Amino acid sequence: MLQDILVTGLVNGGVYALLAIGFSLIFGVARIVNIAHTAFYMLAAYCFYTLLVKTGLGYLLSGLISVGAVTLLSVVCYRLVIEPVREHEAAVLIATIALALVFQELMLYTFGGHFLGIPSTLDGSVRFLGVSIPYQRLLILVVAGAMLVLVWFVLYHTRLGLAIRATANDLEVANLMGMNVHRVAMATVAISVALAAVAGVVVAPVYVVDPFMWLAPLVTMLAIVVLGGLGSMKGSLIGALIIGYVEAITVFAVPAGAYLKGAVALLIMVIVLLARPEGLFGVAFEEER
Amino acid sequence: MKYWLRRAGAELRNEVLVLPSRTLVLLWVVAVLALPLVYGDAYVLRILTMTCIFAIFAASWDLLAGYTGQVNFGHALFFGAGAYTSGLLSLKLGLSPWLTIWAGAAVALALGFLVGYLCLRLRGSYLSLATLAFPLIALGLLFAFPDFSGGELGISGLRRLMVTPVANYYVAAISMLAIVFGLWLLADSKFGIVLHAIRDDEVAARASGINTLQYKMTVFAIAGAAAGFAGALFAHYLRVAGPSTLEVALSFQVVIWGIFGGVATIYGPVAAVFILYPLTEWLGSIPGVGELRLLIFAVIVLLVLLFMPRGLAPWVRDKIETQCPRCKQRNGSWKIVCRLCGAALQTQVTRAQRLVGHQ
Repeated sequence: MLQDILVTGLVNGGVYALLAIGFSLIFGVARIVNIAHTAFYMLAAYCFYTLLVKTGLGYLLSGLISVGAVTLLSVVCYRLVIEPVREHEAAVLIATIALALVFQELMLYTFGGHFLGIPSTLDGSVRFLGVSIPYQRLLILVVAGAMLVLVWFVLYHTRLGLAIRATANDLEVANLMGMNVHRVAMATVAISVALAAVAGVVVAPVYVVDPFMWLAPLVTMLAIVVLGGLGSMKGSLIGALIIGYVEAITVFAVPAGAYLKGAVALLIMVIVLLARPEGLFGVAFEEER
Repeated sequence: MKYWLRRAGAELRNEVLVLPSRTLVLLWVVAVLALPLVYGDAYVLRILTMTCIFAIFAASWDLLAGYTGQVNFGHALFFGAGAYTSGLLSLKLGLSPWLTIWAGAAVALALGFLVGYLCLRLRGSYLSLATLAFPLIALGLLFAFPDFSGGELGISGLRRLMVTPVANYYVAAISMLAIVFGLWLLADSKFGIVLHAIRDDEVAARASGINTLQYKMTVFAIAGAAAGFAGALFAHYLRVAGPSTLEVALSFQVVIWGIFGGVATIYGPVAAVFILYPLTEWLGSIPGVGELRLLIFAVIVLLVLLFMPRGLAPWVRDKIETQCPRCKQRNGSWKIVCRLCGAALQTQVTRAQRLVGHQ
């Protein structure tokens, strides 16, 4: 059981980290609470399903096309829907909720509400420490790790990353230093949604695909981001692993754990917030005047 | 008697009919109360009863989120708590629903204090995202103890408050009018002004000697109680208290109503419910369009937001009324001078003045 917990926690933690880091990034740079973030993850899974099962493209090609298409869609949505109401925080909030609903209903209308299964990308499994890990789950872990390294590289070793970090730190000053903050915000949206889309593509063969698959990870992702500290990459990564393991422990070790896993994860978040209102790695509140 | 009638007539003429927004509110109240007398279709009454219940819910969210800026993403907690408390008490103990809806409101009030206390140190997006957790924790607990809560199916077979649809409608409509006007009065009183101050600058409010923590918790409790009352009405009207009263979808729905209508107004979210809820139900009843109703709903919300980012009610109010620059009282937009202080409302601005940036 211990090995099961270790492996499941790590795999789920990896997926959550992909989602949470993207969300955190976009919140840090553009102050957008993007409720539609996991809706893009759902769209990527559907896109992958269509390309793979309906048109019969290869795994790699359909994965890449799905990620690209969803990223492009996110930029279009940002320009059309979010950018015009950027000054009004409340309006941005419900614009993202409405977007998520639009995607959910479109998928419900096109594909119906039933669960869609995707054949596993890799068959077989490897035995490690006495647990058999399917290659598919190993793939999730590898892809998640690779994406995290890639994001780290982009953020800390490129000019775009420098601009993103500067904008997250202080939007006005970044603007005064000649950075095009609108362009930076758009690039951040693209990066963050691309991460969500990658997560959607790699988990699609493990989970089932349905139009409501965005709600559960949305809540978990929000819990992770708040737990780790809004806008903090390190916090999101560590928060994702904490929540991943907490969920795994609840499911394997507690009776009726499958029902309680969300509640326990959220309870942990509430407890952390009581002790540290800014999350584990968040910056302390400055009194905004 | 005659004096009071004349007095009421004068009040009506001088205070209500002078402003188009107040006239609209009067017309709305009359319409809500008179509708069953004119048009008693059971289906329409059912939709309007639900609309009234959700209007209470949306108004209570607005008091919390609009006035103190504690944007609650988990308002369904109070709605669900009211529904489940009232349902369980009336079913297991056999109490009259007339008593248990108050118990539901009381439990929601206590939960409001609890959540308010837990959230005292949080603000902004942290508060929103943290509050999202509470109804889901409650939902997890309900699913973990299905013998007690009925699990996925909820508790069904509750008694209704009244027998006939018309009577049920009046219960919901009169509760709605009482609670909404109560919240509106509260928000317009000194209490409401303090809440505005807390939202705009909490440090300054505290420096002025306001116990902001107490106020924030009180508002949470009041909003919770109103939402719990709505939840209890809902449970007894539909005769079932199910997990749908605690779901994220309901929490998001109330956020959409609130922001669509315009926050910190009370009447805005109520107007939004009265427009959006019957609209979605009507769309759902059209064959062929029924499956698309949520899609159409979301698209309408998006489009309206692009044109009125501050919400529907403030936009309409700015179109039909202007504010006097001197005494800050509101006037109908056709007025040339202020009805109270006589200051000129529509000053002629010449092209030259506009060019040099006058006004």
